[in-house]
Amino acid sequence: MNAIEIKNIGLKYGSVVALQDISFEIERGELFGLIGPDGAGKTSLFRILTTLLLADSGTATVDGLDVVRDYKQIRNRVGYMPGRFSLYQDLTVEENLNFFATVFGTTIEENYHLIKDIYQQIEPFKNRRAGKLSGGMKQKLALSCALIHKPSVLFLDEPTTGVDPVSRKEFWEMLKRLKAQGITILVSTPYMDEAKLCDRIAFIQNGKILSINTPEKIIADFPYKIYAVEAENNYEILKQLRENPAVRSVFSFGDSLHVIFNGELRIENGQLNVQTEKNNYQLSIVNCQFKEITPTIEDCFMALVNE
Amino acid sequence: MFRAFVKKEFYHILRDKRTILILLVMPIVQIILFGFAITTEVKDTPMAILDLSKDNATRQITERLAASNYFTLVRELHNSEEVEKAFQTGSAKLVVVFSENFQENIIHTGEAAVQVIVDATDPNQASTFANYASNIINQWRMENGEWRMNQNNNSQFSTLNSQLRIVPEIKMLYNPQMKGAYNFVPGVMGLVLVLICAMMTSVSIVREKEMGTMEVLLVSPVKPIYILLAKITPYFALSIINLTTILLLSVFVLGVPIMGNLFLLILLSLLFIFVGLSLGVLISNIVETQVAAMLISAVVMMMPTMLLSGMMFPIESMPKILQWISVIPPNRWYVEGVIKLMIMGVDAKYVMKEFAILGFMAIVLMTVSLKKFNIRIER
Repeated sequence: MNAIEIKNIGLKYGSVVALQDISFEIERGELFGLIGPDGAGKTSLFRILTTLLLADSGTATVDGLDVVRDYKQIRNRVGYMPGRFSLYQDLTVEENLNFFATVFGTTIEENYHLIKDIYQQIEPFKNRRAGKLSGGMKQKLALSCALIHKPSVLFLDEPTTGVDPVSRKEFWEMLKRLKAQGITILVSTPYMDEAKLCDRIAFIQNGKILSINTPEKIIADFPYKIYAVEAENNYEILKQLRENPAVRSVFSFGDSLHVIFNGELRIENGQLNVQTEKNNYQLSIVNCQFKEITPTIEDCFMALVNE
Repeated sequence: MFRAFVKKEFYHILRDKRTILILLVMPIVQIILFGFAITTEVKDTPMAILDLSKDNATRQITERLAASNYFTLVRELHNSEEVEKAFQTGSAKLVVVFSENFQENIIHTGEAAVQVIVDATDPNQASTFANYASNIINQWRMENGEWRMNQNNNSQFSTLNSQLRIVPEIKMLYNPQMKGAYNFVPGVMGLVLVLICAMMTSVSIVREKEMGTMEVLLVSPVKPIYILLAKITPYFALSIINLTTILLLSVFVLGVPIMGNLFLLILLSLLFIFVGLSLGVLISNIVETQVAAMLISAVVMMMPTMLLSGMMFPIESMPKILQWISVIPPNRWYVEGVIKLMIMGVDAKYVMKEFAILGFMAIVLMTVSLKKFNIRIER
């Protein structure tokens, strides 16, 4: 039995389609990433799985329990951390944790081993009000609260949004450790660089799943050659490339541009030639280096979105 | 689990120092404001006199007016221009003008002119002033009829005068001193309780929705009824504290007695608190933001509560349609019941109607709000 099974889930807000015929499964003990930009439908899907929203069509099970019929049992055994910081800002760290432990009929002591790694880092501030914590500490507290009852499935909706890079890294290390304890984790993120830390990922855009696979497989299956360009004036080059019919896509990527051509790129006598099915294009771009690279997850996502 | 919930609610309330201060101090301020400042009682109204005859009779009447609690003589005017000035500068609210040869005229013709001029910007007050002033003047006339006849031997007038001697004896039931406090204490009780129960409860539930904590609570084994009951409990406690403060203040500071059964009064109040709390829960089910909760409580509940509960305007003199609407706000029945129990001191059987209506409202509202409580979140 899979930890989560989603079959043909659809959801509309009025006339706006939020989710469209979503189907996939998540295995037990898997760290599954839902990757997509804001407004892609990640939160809606999370809410359906955590029994907070009713889908318009389709079915879903969590831990083998139907999200509509067995919502009470599901609420007993999942951990949910909403995208927005959703703890009591006027309660202290310890009071928050205590409260959620009690709500789930347990105590901090009973499951301390689960949250120890995370909670130890914020324990020095346990008498501080949650509203006065930094972003990273808030996330750690929220995760502790979501974990305190030893859930079998953990739902983390954009847990690292608004968190500094160091805390983000720590956070993902924690997720690895939780996974090692056998907890299934569904995590959503808009950060592509976090995708490769998951066992499997699903790209979601405009309420549709674009692709599901392991990050390695997604990169290996990338159908194009991709080049990185570094130049002094990236913006000028970007504009030129955009106008060129030989260029399939070009995106700014940090300090460089990632370019995909419509055909084979050849460099002859310092001249750039692109051989497409019909024509041979010459690129008159000087003073820059084209270097073939392994695609990143973001390249894969952008290519999928473009299609 | 329930205890942890209630504890959490108390933390929320007690840590929000400003709100708790408002909640506890507001009833005290309201009672004192209504009791001493905003009063319809006529007391020490500044009065000026324009006495054109300056004889025994006018002096006596002036003294009587000035000696009463209602008026204070602030000025003696000398000509009619000064009358208008006295009103314009606000130094007098009431001017009494005696015509020339006042006593002479009474003695010889039995008629003399006295004019009472009142600032009628507040018409209710103005007619009260005028009434009090003419009562005092009439009283003087009654008592001095014989003194005048003895002096004058005007037998014709004396018979006329004795025929006119029909003195109605007015008895002010339940509130013999005509204290305003008797009227507004029940009103303020209703107002404060509905404010705390309905408004604060709805705001505090909606806050959980707005902050997103409701999402986390819903994805937990907590039964919705526990969430609601835990929300209600601290406000219930607060309401009881406020009820006690109001009753103590009105008895010991304003001198409004509790004529009827204290136990019944408290029972009625508890019932009303329960109605208010269920209203609060109901509002929180409908709206999504704290501002909306506040607005609904204020506009949809406070306004009709104040205007239609009979606290400010008597229900009997409203247009029929408003009278029909006025049966809806629970305050109306509570205030009516409190007046009966506290001021009139009636037996239990005369407040059965109020108990029944409020009880009915409590059951209906609580059932509806529990049924409507969303176990999921709004789209």
